[in-house]
Amino acid sequence: MPELWTLTKLIRSKNAGPFELTLDIMFKDRGSFQQAVKSGSFTRENIARQCHVPNDSVKLFFLENISAIKISIPRRVPSGDARDTDIYGGQFHSPLVRMEV
Amino acid sequence: MAKVRAVAASGNLSTGFPEESLVRAVADGVDFIGCDAGTTDSGPDYLGSGKPRGPREGVKRNLRLMLWHAMRAGVPVIVGSAGHAGGRPHLQWTLQIIRELASENQWHFKLASIDSEIEKSVLAKALQDGCITPLDPAPILDERSIFKAERFVAMMGIEPIQRALKAGAQVVIAGRCSDVAIYAALPILKGIPPAIAFHAGKILECGAASVEQRKSPDSMAAELDDDGFTVCPPNPALRCTPQSVAAHTLYENADPLHLVEPGGALDTTETRYEAAGDRAVRVTGSRFFPAPRYTVRVEGAALVGYRSIVVAGIRDPLVLRQLDCFLTSLRSVVERKVFDNLRLQPGDYSINFRVYGRNGTLAELEPVGDIGHEVGLVIDVVAGSQELAADICPIASHTGLHHPIPEYNGLVSNFAYPFSPGGINVGPVYQFCVNHVWELEDPCGPFDMKLEEL
Repeated sequence: MPELWTLTKLIRSKNAGPFELTLDIMFKDRGSFQQAVKSGSFTRENIARQCHVPNDSVKLFFLENISAIKISIPRRVPSGDARDTDIYGGQFHSPLVRMEV
Repeated sequence: MAKVRAVAASGNLSTGFPEESLVRAVADGVDFIGCDAGTTDSGPDYLGSGKPRGPREGVKRNLRLMLWHAMRAGVPVIVGSAGHAGGRPHLQWTLQIIRELASENQWHFKLASIDSEIEKSVLAKALQDGCITPLDPAPILDERSIFKAERFVAMMGIEPIQRALKAGAQVVIAGRCSDVAIYAALPILKGIPPAIAFHAGKILECGAASVEQRKSPDSMAAELDDDGFTVCPPNPALRCTPQSVAAHTLYENADPLHLVEPGGALDTTETRYEAAGDRAVRVTGSRFFPAPRYTVRVEGAALVGYRSIVVAGIRDPLVLRQLDCFLTSLRSVVERKVFDNLRLQPGDYSINFRVYGRNGTLAELEPVGDIGHEVGLVIDVVAGSQELAADICPIASHTGLHHPIPEYNGLVSNFAYPFSPGGINVGPVYQFCVNHVWELEDPCGPFDMKLEEL
């Protein structure tokens, strides 16, 4: 099974304000997007489990017209909190990069 | 048919842009030059401390070029979120640079400044009146937390900027401001439909970030009309593609299809992105739905303590293979010594062992359990004063250095410290203490404007 990054042009995460994180996965083409969708890896339950957040806090969007998947989740702690590890939220996509789809 | 050419000097005023890009953009026609100067992305320190983000000389250079080229073209300059956090000290810092530029170059223009700092008593009153609503997730906001906090700002929409432009301002310096509003305010005044102006604003606010591959911060330009907008980077080495522009619409926005602004929401469900030549993209079909209530986001920062850190490397494989136990037992010894020396209980301060090479980046979200041949350790101490945090550091670092493991007898030195002295004072630690919106009757209400003839 291919790793997610081989199907994509861009995988990134970033703060969406200090209290939320948002992940953008831009696929190379429609076929790659469909392959990822069909793999069944992108479910709210899967993401919730990986990101240690409740199922109903995961926002998951399949954007077929631009071959993209977007995921938004609450931050573990707000940006800049004394326990925060990533002020910009720029590395939270990393576990997905080599995920098999 | 209305037509407006908007130029974004850069994605952030402090990061800059090549002058040639701005010159090219202006030569192609320009109705205003905008630049976003702020964000909450870099954390709560700027808002809490009141310190602007520099370098000051860089910001001055960027403003000088924007003012010079705008004055030659006879068009306004609009800067939003002045000084990074948009509070009163940040606004004053930026205005001082503008005044210096005017006096050094004998430039004369009408300057509008728009204050977005919110007095605590005003916010407490709004909370009491039921005008403040939490977003999800939001910290608890009550009268006590308001008065304990350091500073609050409200994020203005297009209306305060439009008021300044209508008053004849040639240079508008706004405090905390919606990034999109910087670019949507003037086009909407000129009759461009809000959907088009807000979507173009979303693309322009990060400068050249919406190109296929941005090499360094650069300018961006868009032409807006009644049907849509065409975005094209002035730097000929850069190009926009339909996917790069669509991707940027998603950027830093939790919902990809609905961008919430103070007066309503941009809906890009039916937006079409089409190539217009090799480097430009035409965007049409966006919609805007006015909100029943006009709300502005409130941002605030509160002081939580003072930080000192120690940086160390650990390379011994026997220490690494029991690192968790090692750090747990180290913590208990440090806590005892801190109590003996400083009479502080563990609840009076915090020590966070940040282990780079294991889970320093993702903390409990790290799915990989492995540990490498070495780790970087940051002993992160936060206490009630800088002196206390600085006092805890040598206790922690000296204890850690010689903390024993069962495999070795005799005195060991487990931590490799790269610096002397080991402790580094980082300064005050703030936290974002509000994620709420404030319902306004008048979109300009809390945003005091001052006009000044320079």
